[in-house]
Amino acid sequence: MSEMNSISPAKLSVDDFAPLAHRDDVHGINRPSRSYWQDAWRRLKSNRRALFSLWLIIFLLAFAVLGPLVWQVDPSRQDIDQISQAPGANRSAEIVPEYTAWNGRVQPGFESDAAGPRTAADANSQAVRLIWDAVPGATALRLYRNIFAIDNELAFGLPIAEFTSTEAGFYEDRLDLRPDTYYYSLVTLDQSMNLTSQYQELAVDVRRVITLDEVRERELVAADAELAVGDQVMLSFHPMGTDYLGRDILARLMSGARVSLFIGIVAPFLFVLLGVAYGSTAGFIGGKVDQTMMRFADFVVALPFLLFMILFQVVFGIGPGESGIVPMLVALILLSWPATARLVRGQILQIRQEAYVSASRLLGARNYYLVLRHMIPNTLGVILVTLTFAVPSVIFTEAFLSFIGMGVAPPTASWGSMSNEGLATMLTHPHELIFPAIFISLTVLAFNLLGDGLRDALDSRMRSLE
Amino acid sequence: MWQYTFKRLLQGLITVWFIATATFLAMHSVPGDPISGERAATEAIRANLAARYGLDKPIGEQYVIYIGNFLKGDFGISYTQQNRQVNDIIREHFPVSATLGILAVLFAALGGVLWGALTAIYRNRLPDTVIMFLVILGISVPSFVFAALGQLALVNINNFFGFSVLPVAGWGTVRHMLVPSLVLGMGTMAYLTRLMRSSMLEIIHSDYVRTAKAKGLPAERVFLKHQLRNAILPVVTVLGPAIAAITTGGFVVELVFAIPGLGRYFVQAVQQLDYTVIMGTTVFYGAFLVFMVILVDLLYGWIDPRVRVQ
Repeated sequence: MSEMNSISPAKLSVDDFAPLAHRDDVHGINRPSRSYWQDAWRRLKSNRRALFSLWLIIFLLAFAVLGPLVWQVDPSRQDIDQISQAPGANRSAEIVPEYTAWNGRVQPGFESDAAGPRTAADANSQAVRLIWDAVPGATALRLYRNIFAIDNELAFGLPIAEFTSTEAGFYEDRLDLRPDTYYYSLVTLDQSMNLTSQYQELAVDVRRVITLDEVRERELVAADAELAVGDQVMLSFHPMGTDYLGRDILARLMSGARVSLFIGIVAPFLFVLLGVAYGSTAGFIGGKVDQTMMRFADFVVALPFLLFMILFQVVFGIGPGESGIVPMLVALILLSWPATARLVRGQILQIRQEAYVSASRLLGARNYYLVLRHMIPNTLGVILVTLTFAVPSVIFTEAFLSFIGMGVAPPTASWGSMSNEGLATMLTHPHELIFPAIFISLTVLAFNLLGDGLRDALDSRMRSLE
Repeated sequence: MWQYTFKRLLQGLITVWFIATATFLAMHSVPGDPISGERAATEAIRANLAARYGLDKPIGEQYVIYIGNFLKGDFGISYTQQNRQVNDIIREHFPVSATLGILAVLFAALGGVLWGALTAIYRNRLPDTVIMFLVILGISVPSFVFAALGQLALVNINNFFGFSVLPVAGWGTVRHMLVPSLVLGMGTMAYLTRLMRSSMLEIIHSDYVRTAKAKGLPAERVFLKHQLRNAILPVVTVLGPAIAAITTGGFVVELVFAIPGLGRYFVQAVQQLDYTVIMGTTVFYGAFLVFMVILVDLLYGWIDPRVRVQ
């Protein structure tokens, strides 16, 4: 009360009615105003997993686009010296003289008193020369070569030679020799030429050798380099090894990345675009048209997706020498748009009821303005999330089709077709399957995580409970 | 409920008709001629073959005959395997695919519900982290890699024990079925786990669960009666599409494990351009998938009465 009394009218001066100085710190907006997209970006940035996936995608894109510029190896070039070579394998080769015919004589320095089959000369990838003593009691002999030692199972496989003479003999093996350990077994045959359990085994370590002419032909050294027999040369370098045709896996992964990522990004973009156009038209017009259009979309959804993908591949008929990328794109677009169309239609139907659309219409906005200015921008978040989640599913589809041999046609590489080829040699050379499989998985993982992050950042209604 | 069932079945029939028509149109726009190559050596042979497969008639009539035959359940005769009925092929090979698919769906659904519930209960603790890591792996790794790795693992296991613990490939006994169906169900299991987890998390925080706990119900009863039963609903909804994904995903598993299923047959028919087999199997698979989805919808309507009222 005393306060009130103190401001008695008599004590007021003119100065008391002067306006106060403007002060920002009292009624200012403390936080900067952010648009919807700025806010979403901020949320995405604070999501560690989404950020990681974003970097992963950038890396994969760089791998596809810039990779072939850095690693300039022709993905279809065959290195026949190094077939199915695992990464990090020894790639040195010794230079040897040209091959000359052999008459069964033991090379000096290889004389031995050992019984049974033995090498008569240096065993290298040019030739393995074997000699053996007479086998008493045998009718005939058969020679086998295996990459595993013969166990009690006596699984010899296919013979490489058969000898009717059981005297001391010799054999020269030149069949597709690789630097590896080979197990030669000389099996005794009985009178009716059947295998007996008597055999003599010899393990031979084969060294990789190369002739001077081959070195020059494959341009492994500079043209003016001085080389002599006995020198070591390095064969061409394959950081991720080679496949069953001796093609460089890194180069194939890069060109495969171009194919897989191209399909994986372009196809979703196109079918989402088609879905947005279809869905927004249906949702905006509404009524009978909407019902008919959506009923048609329901039918397309009901088509068994992978079966029709395969069917379309047949319909478009991949001719010889064609890559099969365009048919796959068309088939993907024809079959995948309805999901987006349904989603967008639902969103548009919702937005149509909003007050700001009515207000805009009241102010004289045309239909196309309403769609382009209000409806599509407001569904953009949902569309973006759909797009991101569509990428991994398309990459899976491409890999699946290429894997069953209905996708990208050889020699074009894609991660799926590389996995398919790698499957055949999975037991002996797992790297041919594992590398493309890792790249498919990484890409799918990255886009899935990014999709999760985008969904959390863009649309609080769709936010997953974490 | 009856009205709902009838409506769904009618919709399904129309959808199957649409699938049949789309297949017919697609196969008749394939470039080239179904009877080509060395088989049709002379014009007379050619005309006879065309008459046998009904290709000499105008396309409209062919379509009517085709649909009529489907209604009678006759899918025609194979082009490459002469005198073999497509019906016989389906009858012989579909049960194999179906067994594989049912086992895979079973694995996926049971595993998905179990792991999903576990992760929700142990939220942000070790079991949750481990399972969710595996789930991300399961979603990101394509099925053929699982199939190949599964086979590789079998080879190594059998080598290690020195005898065949589980066969690496082939079909026949239950032992042949275990690994392929597990591999086939893996992706779907991962997907269902994720779904189950988020649906379970939502339910854990719901009022009626709190009420149930507050009135002193034992934890198992709350879990089984109140949480699990309600959380399963969204899982049931996606079971229809999941069956579709598993059935067609079976192609790869059948290919890798050398299982004589219809999927492998379909891929083979496509490679050999066996028109009637392609059309027959596509429509058959399509019809199967459509009715599986309807069955799941009906099941859902039975579990959750709110659906059939709409």
